[in-house]
Amino acid sequence: MLTFISKRILEAIPTLLILITVSFFLMHSAPGSPFTSERALPPEVLANINAKYHLDEPVINQYFYYLGGLLQGDLGPSFRYKDFTINELIAQSFPVSAEIGIWSFLVALLIGVGCGIIAALRQNSWLDYSVMGFANLGIVLPNFVLAPLCILFFSIYNHWLPPGGWNGGAWPYLVMPVIAMSTSYIAQIARITRGSMIETMHSNFIRTARAKGLPKYRIIFQHALRPAMLPVISYLGPAFVGIVTGSVIVDVYFGTGGIGQHFINGALNRDYSMVMGVTILVGTLTILFNAIVDILYAVIDPKIRY
Amino acid sequence: MITTKDKVQAVEQFAEKVVEVEGRSLWQDARRRFFSNHAAVTSLIILAIIAAIALIGPFLSQWNYDDIDWEALSDISVLGRPNIENGHYFGTDTLGRDIFVRTMQGGQISLLVGIMGSFVAIIIGTLYGATSGYIGGRVDSVMMRFLEILNSFPFMFFVIILMTLFGRHIFLIFVAIGAISWLDMARIVRGQTLSLKNKEYIEAAYACGVSTPKIILRHIVPNVLGIVVVYATLLVPNMILLESFISFLGLGVQEPMTSWGALISEGAQNMEIAIWQLAWPLGFLVVTLFCFNFLGDGLRDALDPKDR
Repeated sequence: MLTFISKRILEAIPTLLILITVSFFLMHSAPGSPFTSERALPPEVLANINAKYHLDEPVINQYFYYLGGLLQGDLGPSFRYKDFTINELIAQSFPVSAEIGIWSFLVALLIGVGCGIIAALRQNSWLDYSVMGFANLGIVLPNFVLAPLCILFFSIYNHWLPPGGWNGGAWPYLVMPVIAMSTSYIAQIARITRGSMIETMHSNFIRTARAKGLPKYRIIFQHALRPAMLPVISYLGPAFVGIVTGSVIVDVYFGTGGIGQHFINGALNRDYSMVMGVTILVGTLTILFNAIVDILYAVIDPKIRY
Repeated sequence: MITTKDKVQAVEQFAEKVVEVEGRSLWQDARRRFFSNHAAVTSLIILAIIAAIALIGPFLSQWNYDDIDWEALSDISVLGRPNIENGHYFGTDTLGRDIFVRTMQGGQISLLVGIMGSFVAIIIGTLYGATSGYIGGRVDSVMMRFLEILNSFPFMFFVIILMTLFGRHIFLIFVAIGAISWLDMARIVRGQTLSLKNKEYIEAAYACGVSTPKIILRHIVPNVLGIVVVYATLLVPNMILLESFISFLGLGVQEPMTSWGALISEGAQNMEIAIWQLAWPLGFLVVTLFCFNFLGDGLRDALDPKDR
């Protein structure tokens, strides 16, 4: 197991390096620069700014400057938010997205797996159809529709919850972002759980357990659930990364100040270091959680050995 | 001798009977199972109707999708309401344009983006996965590592970069979306290929001297088609949603053309005064996505070889 983990870490380094290189050059090949605005700056000022950020040098030099900073853990200054470094911006916004994300993840996992199991055990009954119809609502209602509908219902009509803001993550400020964030994941998790649970319930070892006369809850929780969760877990790895790195929709509608809006705005404004910072964060988390999924697989499935 | 003649006759008669009992192919089997799934068949019919309305609808109205009704423009929240008499069956948007025609025209774009995007993703994913899985060895591990790297990019990063590189042309949008959505497809096809490549008929083809590209195209790809079809129907709604997300960011279709996503994000801004601007396109989108999901589930039940 230890050799497996260290092998995964060693493999991750070249992957990350390629990720950084490709996204750096792609980002810099996009037309436009962070300082083109509607009101053109005087050429002398522009030249000074470009010199300060090394933008007047060839891209390859900029790349090595960036790598140099990165080795010291410095993601560089933001091109858009003057006086802020990317490290500061990420340190400010990532905890917000992560908190929304972790709650949404737990909610999605509980409801999703629950719905999936209920639907699978009563396959093709009205219960199956209504539970899955409910879960599928999350797929068909995009969250940029759900978010304004939530605000309309919870804040404008009923005054139950504050319409936006963060306030250090007090729970009234968390409810709507978590609803908007978790619905689409509930649907995906429920579908995958249902599919694999149906398959597991038809397998031979479940028939044996039934023939032994085991009570139903023990068949489900002790025998069926573990193998049925394998496909769910391989979905959960990437999903967890997606969910904790935030969503621009949630940030825009609820004004939570998470990392999602920084990424989109950064890309639109050519804030090179912002986009690079978030890309590196997401890439690292993706690699990390894929490795965790592999380890979990080995823990759950005794057939897999590394 | 007589007995032998009898036996020959008996065998001939039996053979005639045997011919009548035809074997069922995988696809016939799948079709039978698919048509016994009512939810999926209903979804297919509804989808066909929606597609037909989206194509024919614009000809049934006196308005064009970019016509501005100056009269309705004076007071949208009253005169812009859905009204049969002045031809605005679904009402008008804030600029006095007819929502009915715009929903139909947006439907054409959304469905086109969904189907073409999935098509691009399916072609790349299937060929990539089948090649990687069939050749195996070092080629396989290089190709899979490449896929892993692509996978660790944030998805929106690609979308935005491709948008800024290629501009806002609608066809480039779906080619771009398709070109980055094939990763899962490739992985699924590779998995299937791995289990297919040791089958006797592949070995037979190899022994006959069939070239590698021909084995992949003629023998591997047709046999993974079932799972590809299932995945494609589940990919289309994702594409439509992604397009609407991009429209929400203001990067989608160029005005005055529109898509369901663009209409919904406009409608969501005015939902307190003019709910019809949100309700109609949202209704069409939700029904379409529901139908594609049920269709995909029905196809999976019909085609998934694991379910035998």
